[in-house]
Amino acid sequence: MEGYIVSLLIFASIFALFSLGLNLQWGLTGLINFGHVAFMAIGSYMVVILTLPGYLKAIPIQLLDEFEWMQNNEWISASLQSLESVLPQHIPLVVAVLIGAFTAAGLGVIAGIATLRLRTDYLAIVTVGLSEILRSVALNEEWLTRGTFGIQRFPLPLSDLNPSFIIRIGMIAILTIVVGLALWRQWQWARRTIRAASTAALWNSSGRLVIYLASLFALVVGLGWMSQRLQTSTELSNGVIGAFLIVAIALLIGGYRWLWLHWLSSAPALGEGTALLSSVFVTGGSIVLYGYAASALYHYNRNPTKTGLMWISVLLVALIFWALQRLARSPWGRVLKAIREDEMVTTALGKNVFWYKLQSLMLGGAIAAIAGALHAWQLTTVYPDNFRPIETFNAWSIVVLGGAGSNVGTLLGAVIFWAYQTVTRFVLDDVIPLNDAQLGAFRVMLIGLLLMGLMIWRPQGILGKKEELTLGR
Amino acid sequence: MGDKFTSDASTRDSAAADSANREGPANPSVNSQTLLNAEKLSKQFGGVKAVQHVSLDVTCGSITGLIGPNGAGKTTLFNLLCNFLTPNEGTVSFDGEWIHTCHPHEIAQLGMVRTFQVARVLSKLSVLDNMLLAAQHPSGENFWNVWLQPIRVHREERQLRDRAIAILESIGLSHMAHEYAGALSGGQRKLLEMARALMVQPKLVLLDEPAAGVNPTLIQQMCAYIRTWNERGTTFLIIEHNMDVVMSLCDRVWVLAEGKNLAVGPPQEIQTNPEVLDVYLGINTNQADD
Repeated sequence: MEGYIVSLLIFASIFALFSLGLNLQWGLTGLINFGHVAFMAIGSYMVVILTLPGYLKAIPIQLLDEFEWMQNNEWISASLQSLESVLPQHIPLVVAVLIGAFTAAGLGVIAGIATLRLRTDYLAIVTVGLSEILRSVALNEEWLTRGTFGIQRFPLPLSDLNPSFIIRIGMIAILTIVVGLALWRQWQWARRTIRAASTAALWNSSGRLVIYLASLFALVVGLGWMSQRLQTSTELSNGVIGAFLIVAIALLIGGYRWLWLHWLSSAPALGEGTALLSSVFVTGGSIVLYGYAASALYHYNRNPTKTGLMWISVLLVALIFWALQRLARSPWGRVLKAIREDEMVTTALGKNVFWYKLQSLMLGGAIAAIAGALHAWQLTTVYPDNFRPIETFNAWSIVVLGGAGSNVGTLLGAVIFWAYQTVTRFVLDDVIPLNDAQLGAFRVMLIGLLLMGLMIWRPQGILGKKEELTLGR
Repeated sequence: MGDKFTSDASTRDSAAADSANREGPANPSVNSQTLLNAEKLSKQFGGVKAVQHVSLDVTCGSITGLIGPNGAGKTTLFNLLCNFLTPNEGTVSFDGEWIHTCHPHEIAQLGMVRTFQVARVLSKLSVLDNMLLAAQHPSGENFWNVWLQPIRVHREERQLRDRAIAILESIGLSHMAHEYAGALSGGQRKLLEMARALMVQPKLVLLDEPAAGVNPTLIQQMCAYIRTWNERGTTFLIIEHNMDVVMSLCDRVWVLAEGKNLAVGPPQEIQTNPEVLDVYLGINTNQADD
């Protein structure tokens, strides 16, 4: 379980980072980037190529082997050979990550210069193309990336660290500070939000919410269990069971929609109750996760690579989240929000819109590249197939789910998304009578359904601001 | 604003000098009386000649009007002056510098700011943020300054906030400062847009139909605000169909018709000019209050 929580934390952190970059570009600036995974790929490959001992040095020679015309050209072969002698065996991890981030920012400049002067729709198309081009390059240029074989056995951060008791306590202390600060801010927010409501109203609304959510959860699980029983103990065909399931789910959605309209939404101080309940939930969840993380850190040597990576990723997410929050509230962020809404007005007020959009694209790309480095370390292999467009759309799901423009929402979205991924992977096959391939498709389908429901009933996402959607020009 | 502002100003000067050299003989008329001077501007959209050889100048410290029937090319002329559209031919100089080669945002930084015919407030930002956005060269709009000079950014932000609140107070919108701008009424949006333009601390404000769709009382207020700000040294160029507003505010009026200059002069003279009466007032007297 502990190992599982650790890897969940790493994945959630990676996707939180990745989505934070997208949230900066889309949520704050309004740039539609459908090729975000390209920046991640750059980060992954850069870090791996630069840090695997001997890999970088071998590239000029591989290049010569690959292309005959280069061997035949005196000057090129000579300069490649001298390059080989100049290149270092490998580069320190931190430096490599920074180089990866800068390269991704450079990619942002290229994509930006090509498209940012046009309407934003063009950026969407160009970025999709860019990410696919990069994946094809990684697939085919074997001298650089080893193609489908992928790159393995590259060094991982903190993997040969054998921390003493003091250092382990120090690591736990730093984690504690981060979690403590986050929870403190969370409760400050909750206190501000619920201050207006009376205690009785709070009890009433949060009680109704608990009943609503718990019964919904119980019914969903019960439904799954029932269909399982139907399949094993009766002669009914899968088609009939499927039809039964669909009808039951439709009834469930309809019924709970009705309950929402006629019972829950009329509860006094519902907003405050939701804030209280979600704060309790988030705090409880964070403390449980924190407990597992701290215990993993204490027993560092049980699984040194993953534990070290978890510590790094969680701290990186905290740091970058803090930085982005600060930027969003700064005058710099204000210009980005203005661009999101009306480029012409922003220009008329003397802002260099193109430059700000470029900065947003570069910074978001650099953050995605850092996520890419973590991704490579988590998987311990890098294949071109890790960077298919689905990753981009996972990030979009996270941002939409959490609420466009809200960094907190993006973090929440990442946790929910990965909790969903892991929970459904292990729980679904116990409750739903489908085989593995069907289950995989079913999980994606369910995400689609959830997003559709979200768009209909809460289009601003969990923590987005409704006014930002409903106020027209 | 300190060093960044001055260094920006000097690079702009040299850029302007460059463009002046490129343009060859004509030097912007460094007449201290003329703030904005457009010479023979033309713009075609395909076969449509929206603006043909239009010249216009605005005297420093004046309130200048720009009238003409619908489709006369007034708004196109505004877009050409601010370089939102690139003119096919002609030159524009502002405050002694060529600006027809500048980017639109550079023109705003030089101190010439425009409003739009249909008020365009940033409805998802607060009224106050709308105002703060208009400040020129705050250090906090530089990415690195947010990190390297947080105290300075914070201090400037506080000063700007005070200035913005003061302007909002003067137009009676300060109680709305923390609301979304999208919550404002149409007339309030027009006011906010004007106030936002003033937050730029411009030398010249181009107002595109400030009184369109505004109730008579608010029009009176608006005229009073424009007069007050004008007395404090801001020059105005106003497109307006409401002749009462034009006659009471403007020192001088330019008349456009079918994309060409038709007449120019003090409002009384324009009102009696037979040509103007023919193409504009004569036909449209009944709709002049629109």
